[in-house]
Parts: sequence; structure tokens; C-alpha cells
Amino acid sequence: MTATTERSSAEVGKARLRKEDRHLVTGRSRFTDNMVLPGMLHLAMVRSPYAHAKITAVDTAAAKSSPGVMAVLTGADVAGEQGSLPNAWPITPDQKAPAHGAIAVDEVAFAGEVVAVIVARTAAAARDAVERVDVSYDELPVVMDLEEAFTDKVLAHTSLESNKSATWVFDSAEAGTGSSVQDAIDSAEVLIERTFYQQRLIPAFMEPRSTVVDPTGEQITMWTATQIPHILRLMLALTLGIPESKVRVIAPDVGGGFGGKLQVTPEEVITVLAARHTGKPCKYTETRSESLQAGHHGRAQVQRLKLSAKRDGTVTGLSVNLLADMGAYLGLVTSGIPILGAFMYNSIYKFPAYRFECNNIFTNKTWTDAYRGAGRPEATFAIERLMDELATELNMDPLAVREKNWIRHEEFPFATVAGLEYDTGNYEAATAKAVDLFDYQGMRAEQKRRRDANDPVQLGIGVSTFTEMCGLAPSRVLGSLSYGAGGWEHAQVRVLPTGNIEVVTGSSAHGQGHETAWSQLVADRLGVPFENVEVLHGDTQISQRGLDTYGSRSLTVGGMAVLAAADKVIEKAKVVAAHMMEASEEDIEFSAGSFNVKGTDQSTSLGEIALATFAAHNLPDGFEPNLDSDATFDPSNFSYPHGTHLAAIEVDTETGHVGILKYVCVDDVGVVVNPMLVEGQVHGGLAQGIAQALYEEAVHDDAGTLVTGSFVDYLVPSAPDLPHYITGRTETPATSNQLGAKGVGEAGTIASTPAIVNGVLDAVRHLGVKDIKMPCTPSRVWHALQDAKTTGGVR
Amino acid sequence: MIPSAFDYAAPATVEEALGLLAAADAAGDDVKVLAGGQSLLPVMKLRMADPSMVVDLGRIAGLNGVTDSGDSLLIGAMTPHHVVATDPLIAQHVPLLAQAAATVADPQVRHRGTFGGALVHADPAGDLPAPVLAAGATFLISGPGGQRSVDAADFFQGYFTTAVEEGEILTGIRVPKYTGWGSHYEKFTRVAQQWSIVAVAALVRVEAGTITEARIGLTNMASTPLRAAAVEAALAGGPATADAIAAAAAHAAEGTDPASDLNGDAAYRAHLAQVLTKRAVLAAVGLQAGA
Ligand SMILES: Cc1cc2nc3c(=O)[nH]c(=O)nc-3n(C[C@H](O)[C@H](O)[C@H](O)COP(=O)(O)OP(=O)(O)OC[C@H]3O[C@@H](n4cnc5c(N)ncnc54)[C@H](O)[C@@H]3O)c2cc1C
Repeated sequence: MTATTERSSAEVGKARLRKEDRHLVTGRSRFTDNMVLPGMLHLAMVRSPYAHAKITAVDTAAAKSSPGVMAVLTGADVAGEQGSLPNAWPITPDQKAPAHGAIAVDEVAFAGEVVAVIVARTAAAARDAVERVDVSYDELPVVMDLEEAFTDKVLAHTSLESNKSATWVFDSAEAGTGSSVQDAIDSAEVLIERTFYQQRLIPAFMEPRSTVVDPTGEQITMWTATQIPHILRLMLALTLGIPESKVRVIAPDVGGGFGGKLQVTPEEVITVLAARHTGKPCKYTETRSESLQAGHHGRAQVQRLKLSAKRDGTVTGLSVNLLADMGAYLGLVTSGIPILGAFMYNSIYKFPAYRFECNNIFTNKTWTDAYRGAGRPEATFAIERLMDELATELNMDPLAVREKNWIRHEEFPFATVAGLEYDTGNYEAATAKAVDLFDYQGMRAEQKRRRDANDPVQLGIGVSTFTEMCGLAPSRVLGSLSYGAGGWEHAQVRVLPTGNIEVVTGSSAHGQGHETAWSQLVADRLGVPFENVEVLHGDTQISQRGLDTYGSRSLTVGGMAVLAAADKVIEKAKVVAAHMMEASEEDIEFSAGSFNVKGTDQSTSLGEIALATFAAHNLPDGFEPNLDSDATFDPSNFSYPHGTHLAAIEVDTETGHVGILKYVCVDDVGVVVNPMLVEGQVHGGLAQGIAQALYEEAVHDDAGTLVTGSFVDYLVPSAPDLPHYITGRTETPATSNQLGAKGVGEAGTIASTPAIVNGVLDAVRHLGVKDIKMPCTPSRVWHALQDAKTTGGVR
Repeated sequence: MIPSAFDYAAPATVEEALGLLAAADAAGDDVKVLAGGQSLLPVMKLRMADPSMVVDLGRIAGLNGVTDSGDSLLIGAMTPHHVVATDPLIAQHVPLLAQAAATVADPQVRHRGTFGGALVHADPAGDLPAPVLAAGATFLISGPGGQRSVDAADFFQGYFTTAVEEGEILTGIRVPKYTGWGSHYEKFTRVAQQWSIVAVAALVRVEAGTITEARIGLTNMASTPLRAAAVEAALAGGPATADAIAAAAAHAAEGTDPASDLNGDAAYRAHLAQVLTKRAVLAAVGLQAGA
């Protein structure tokens, strides 16, 4: 914090329009599918229609003689070179995983898995030839249901003896962070036992995945729609056994990811193989149907929960038992997703006892992996639903139950029962502001009026408080969780002869607005105009080091590396300034872009120093003529944004339709660099969280076919379906980074899902409804109301 | 999303188009008529349809637009949804059609997709068949044997199947005027842009507080649009009051055969039909604004 106080902050805090939008909205974008290289060939995938089958024969003869076809590759053709797609997070030493070739060799384990690839002169010729590949399958039994898979009656892979990949346990009594949950449960005055279902979701970013590989020249160059060019480069090298130095990965304009592009995809590996086999540039762009069917899905957990409490509302313990659906394979971080949630079930509360157990299970569904929030939305949903259940049980106001248990602002820093240290927070302030913006008492009065009047449209108030761990991640912590890499980020600040600045960041943006935010950071720090800063990223030859973008890490980790590099530039420039002005280095003061000699009116600018350094005609002896500076920042702790969300939900009891009358969120994301970018992240996050509560669900049929295979059936809400959000902020700076920023990329997604579902239930609980599975579709809500009339049932 | 290769023709007259259809048929080619392409092109791109020849009606003069022919309107088959939704003649004489057309998809689809295309396509969840059925329209069909006309009651024959035979073209739809009637299209969806889970089209004539005639069409309550005959009978001659309407609407699911899918099972649809019928008729008689 100290560093910021003495510096001007003309830029930080300003709602700058996004630099990157001009080219994006005027069609001058460079998405991967826009790439056209001379002689480029096109790929189309032959995919398995079966969810589990032996491949007995693949006849490619007809496809090979199809017009325009240059090559057809099967799993057998590439078995020796394709390696196995990486899982970088073996959560336990005995974790089990099937081999995962990019092209299936002798067994497919989900519908949509690639069994052959066509390489042709045109995309149309490639697509036509798909139908001419004749694959013979011997169907095997499928296991689709997570709870059934846990019993091992049917195996998802013939190569494994069990569907269990790993079991991971955290117990506060063993870890020394708290007491025994069993004791808490045994002596509970109130025990709430619930099972919640996190449905499968599909990351439905705007730009489908696309990859172009150019094998000509000294290195393989890959352009790809990815969140992780650096990690991908390393993983491609490891998977395919080629030196890392021979691979260059470029993420050009990337149209959204939400975790869906945090992956090393089979199709990326296949495009390299095709380029290698043909010696020509190759392109693959997935169709939306392929994206929905075969790209990784998210969530898909069963949460079995026990919460013990005293009758005054004090929670005494929480036990979490998870089944997590891996789908058919482990992707890059699949196995670790539930673990990212493990530290968040206690949320903003002071439970004395906590136990978490997760079983990672294989099924014959599409593989799963990160999806916006990754583990944390699941955790927040569970605890916030439980807090409402506890409030109901004790006939308390849901806000009062939360207040009874949350960490008070004067208690920070706070060591949690899950073993984290929360640096700062002020849940009272955020909640008070939300209550005010929402008119909580007025809403409760309106709710009572409708109940008393037996109004067909009932009103519910959904409460959700949350915190999350952002800024992934302190490398040592990742090491202790057996993650395969660190959590640092790299940046370089280059000073051009004109005094213009180039910022190179390892945190590769795909829609967030890093170019704008980083420019604001550097403009302030170096005292140069915003317009004079250029941000470069997403090309491993330009940004040589980096760990990319996910987990709300960019500002709190990548942004801090940028500031650290800028500070090094200032230190170097001071040496030159002192020399130019014939003063001693200690007497040089820097502020707002100018270097002054203390106590005099002598000064020089960064631009003048840049030119002098470039010319190098008159520099101090031994001074390297270069102001450019690198920095790598490894955070000492996570950051912990938090907030309070309140939703007024209308349920039409005649149709079951759910509407959002009012949505208030107050988020504390620490110090804000650009309020407009924050607002955008919050809005988008809310939309995705609301979508989980009400609209989206990936459904497979019993045979394993994805039923929601297009946007006709996979319902992504659009603007008319979403309310006008009332957003507010409190600002409690983080202490884990010099700016005090916390991260905002996932906040909306994490908090809104339980706010909505709590609101739906609050509207109909008095009619006898106990629970409704997500998404709370009109049909489910109506059926729950019908069942409640007879049995008090659960849907 | 690349369709199979196909031949394309854009004839200038209906006769020429019929000739092309006949020739393709004789040659054993699979031929498809193209109107707005908003249903045909997606299925071709998904390769659920692989016609070897596509005959585009877009260049034929005279199939597009609304004309007044006395006690009825003639709507050209190629009239886009957007025009149906905004045409002054339709607004005056059968606003039900305008209201239903305005619920179709988004502006892009409404500018491309056509009235005739939607009716021949006959998606059970499509929004135009039920209003057209309720209105008792007549379909004008041209084929190798000349022109014929088919009543709405006989036009919709099954799931995606109508009276338009292979080799035939729907040229227009004649819709009686309902000037002065109350009407409402009540559509129920989960998200704003969606085909109907269930929808109800109501045309109601009220004289001095009494419903003299009601024509109710149901969307997505069977493989074809249906008339809610029992509701119509219960309403006719009764008072235009909320209670009488609610009682009549309770018959809405009689004789229906709705599907079960991700949006709801048959029981839920049967229930929705009743609620939406009540709401549609209430709105049509001006007792309550439709949702
Ligand atoms: C994103 C999207 C959302 C949609 N949402 C809705 C909705 O909410 N409600 C709704 O009702 N519809 C919806 N539709 C469908 C839309 O109404 C289509 O326009 C309509 O179903 C087909 O009309 P078309 O002119 O595009 O016909 P085409 O797609 O060109 O043709 C459809 C079929 O009819 C045949 N055909 C067309 N015209 C004739 C003719 N004159 N004579 C003989 N055969 C003919 C074709 O051969 C083809 O088999 C949606 C479509 C899209 C793409």
C-alpha cells in the first residue's frame, strides 16, 4: 500500500473506454479462424456417435479417395506420436486416469470423441469426406449417472478397475485448523442435512475454438483460440515430445473462454499432427455443435452436506461429501476443480469444525474441467443454501443467521478453518449497503402482502453472501496441493526511443480488457499519457514467460508484475537522469513522468531519458543502454473479494415461471483500476450465475448422446431475460498486493446462483416446497408446487 | 456447418418453379423449395437434409405482400414475418397474426423467414399455424395439376407435414377478416427467444357483454396445431366475465396429445394450455393485459 500513496493516480479509478473495442467492433479483428495461410489445408473430425464402444475397424479408403482429400489419420496412425493429453493436477499420488489420446485408438468413452481426422483442400471437402469413413464399433455398457458410477457396477473405461479417480480429504481436526466435525454433529442442537445437485454446464463463449498450425520454418507455429498460450506451448512440447523451443503459440483475438479455453484440446494436438503429416499449414474450427458436445463441460457435482448449529443460529460444524463428475477423461485441471472449492465452503463464516471429502468419478459423459468460478460457485451455492435452510429451521431472518456467523471486520486478518488466511474484508459494510439499495424491509412487506392476498405471483427474497479466493496463486500453495506449476506472472516494460511504452504481459487476455487496464496502471506509474502505452500479449515469442489468464488472477498477479517492472524502469531512469543533470542519484525525485533534482527546478522527462539512453552517447560508465525491465511476481497470499447479493424473485404459481424483479449486488473487489471493466465483469458474471440457476443444463440421454446439442435446447439467456442490475461497491483494499486489488472475474457467477435459488424457494416455501433442482425451470417449479400440495415433495 | 453440395435455381415465375420441381422429381433428384431459409438452411447445414437441388422462390414476383380482397386478406406465401407483424391491413383486420408473427425469433429471422415457409414447415412449436387455424384460413397451392385450395382444418396433417405435396408450391393464404373482434396470442417460453412451449391463439367476438363466438388455436399441444373445440363451445353464448372464462379454459387440454421434452412433460403442457387459454381469452375480451 505504501508505494501507491505518494504517486498520482490520474488513471487508476477512471472508467476508460476499452482500447481493444475499436478494432473488435469495426470488424478488424484477428480471430484464429480469420487466418489464411498459403496452401493451408482444412480439418474435419470424425466423431464417435457412441458413448462407450470398442473400435474394431476404421475403413478410410473411401474418404481418402474423396475429392480434395489429402490425408485421413486414425488413432492407429498416430498412436506412436500423439502421446496422452495432459492432466497437470494429480490431486493424490494414487490418482487414476485413463490414457487420453487426441484420437481414440481402440476405445471411445464419450459420444463426440474423435476417431479420425480428414485433411482436405477445403473445409467443405473435409466435411464431405467425414461421412465416407466407415468405423466399426462394438458397443459397451455406458455409465451416465454420477451416483451410479460411484457404485462401479458399470465401468466407464475397460482399462480401469474402478470409476474412482481419486479421493481427497481435508479435515480441520487433522490439519490443526479446527476441531472435529463428528463431535460437532454428535452434539448438534440443530442438524441440517441436504443433498444438492450442481448440474452440468457448458462454457458457451462467443468464438468457437479454432486452431491453425504452420509446420514450415524452424518452429511449429500455432495460432489458437486459447486462454493459455504459455501453458499450452509447454504442454504441447511435453505431449508430443518436441523441444519447447520449437513451438510458438499465438493467441490472437480470442472471443471469450470462461475456462472453456483453459485446456489442451485434442483438436489442437490433432492439428499439429495433421500439419506434421502433410507438411502444410492446417486449420481446424469447431462447429457450435462440436463445441457443445466435445469441448469440456463444467460443474456436475453431487454435494452431500451436514451443517450443525446451535439453536441461536451459531454454526458449529460443516461436513461436505462430494461426488465430482470428471466425465470420460481428466483434462488439464479437471481433478483439481473440486479442490479449488474445498477452501471456500466455510466462506465468510467462523465455523470451528470442517471436513471435506471429494470423490472424483469417471462417467461416459463429455469430459469436464474449469468453468467460470471453478469449484468456488459450487461451494458458495452449498453454504448459502444451507444458511437459508438453517434460517428457515430456526425461523430467523436469513441475514441475521449470516451475521451471527460471519467474521467481523475487526477480526481480520483471520485464519480460517479451511487453512487460509483472509487478509481483509468488511462483510457488515457490504451487507448494509446492499440492504439499503434493495429496500430490504420494503420488499419483505411486499412479500407479506402477496402472501396474505394469496397472489398468484408470489415474491421471494434471495440472499447470498460470499467470498472467494482470487489471484491464483502463491506458488508454494500450489505446490502443497500438488499442482504441476507455479502461480507467478511475468511482465516486461519497454521504453522506446520516443518515450512510448510497450508493456508485455504473460497474462493473455481474451475479452477482459487487460490492454486498457494495464495501460492505465503504467500511465500512472510512469507518468506517461494513456495513449502512449501499448500492451502486447498472447504470443510466446513476444511474451516469453507467463502463466496466462484464469482464476481472477490477471490484475492481482499479472498487474503487479507490470507495476514491479515499471518501478525497475524508474530506478534505471534515475541513474540516467542523475547523469544528465549532473546530480547524485539520491537527489533525484520522480513524479508524474518527470525526474527532478531535489530542492531545484532542474528536471528532465522520461522521454528525454529514453532518447538519451537509446543514443547512448553520454551515459554513466558501465550503464547498459537500455531502460527495459522485467519482473516476475509471485503473490504471498490469495486475495479475497467478497460481497452481498440480494434478489427479489417473482414466481408465477400458475405457470411456474420465475422472474427477477430486482437484483442488487454490492461487491468488494478492493481497489478498482477501471470501474467500467469491473461493471462489465460483474454483469457478465451475474448473467452466467443466473443462467445456472434458471436456464442452462447439459443433458445426456441414457445412451450417452448429448440432448442439449444446440442452442435450441441448451438455453443461454440473452438480454431480455436478465434484469437491470443495481450494482454497488465497497472498497476494502487487499494487503497481498501493492495496489490493494482483489479480482472480479468470477464474483458475479459465484454469488448470483444461490441468490436466485434462495429467492425462488423463499417465494414458495410457505406453500410447502422444500427444494427445486437447478435449473429452476417453470416445469420443475410447477411440479414442485403440485407435489407440495400432496406430499411436500422435492423436485 | 457446411451443407452438402447442391444445385440452385431461382426461377422468375411459379410455372417455371413448378417445371423445375417436376423435372427434378422425374430425374429422381431430391429437391427442396427455399423460402426464407430460416428452417431449411439450418437442417441442411446440420446435414439432416441433403437436397441435391434447391429451388429458391425469392425472385418470383407476386408472392410477397398483403392484399385486401373484400371480406378476406390474401397474404403471399413469401411475405416475411416482419411484414406480417407490421402491415396495416393485418393490424386492422387480423391483429392476431401480427402479434403471433412478432413473437417469432429475432428481427433478423423475422426479416428473412416467411409466413408461407413457417406454415409449410409446420413445426408443432411454430407460432403461426395455430393462429391461422383459429382464423379458418384457406391455403392456395399450385402444382402440376393446377391450383387447388385447402382449408386450414385439413392443411396440417402431422409432425412437420402438411397438405402441400412434393412438386407443389404454397402461393398464398386467404384469411377472413375479423374486424372488431378481440384477439390475443399468449406464448409461453423459458427464454425470450424460443419456440413456444405452449401458446394459445384466441379470437373472440363480444356483443353486449356476451361472447357470441370464440375461435381458439393451440400451439404445441399435439403434432399439429389444434382447435380447442370444448373451450370454444363453453365460451359461446356465455358472459365475458373472468369466472366464465376461467371455467371454459379448464377444458383446454381436452383432446390434446402434447409431447414431453426438456421444457416440460405432457402433464405440465396440459396445465399450461388451461392457464394460457384463460389468459389469452381474458386479454382478447379486454379484461386483463396478456403477459
Ligand atoms: C433462430 C431462429 C429462431 C426461430 N424462432 C421461431 C419462433 O420462435 N417461432 C416460430 O414460429 N418460428 C421460429 N423460427 C422459424 C422461422 O419462423 C422460420 O422462418 C420458418 O419456420 C420457416 O420459414 P422460411 O421462410 O424461413 O422457410 P424455409 O426455411 O425456406 O423453408 C421451410 C420449409 O418449408 C418449405 N417451403 C417454404 N416455403 C414454401 C412454399 N411456399 N411452398 C412449398 N414449400 C415451402 C421448404 O421447402 C422447407 O421444407 C426460428 C428460426 C430461427 C432460425
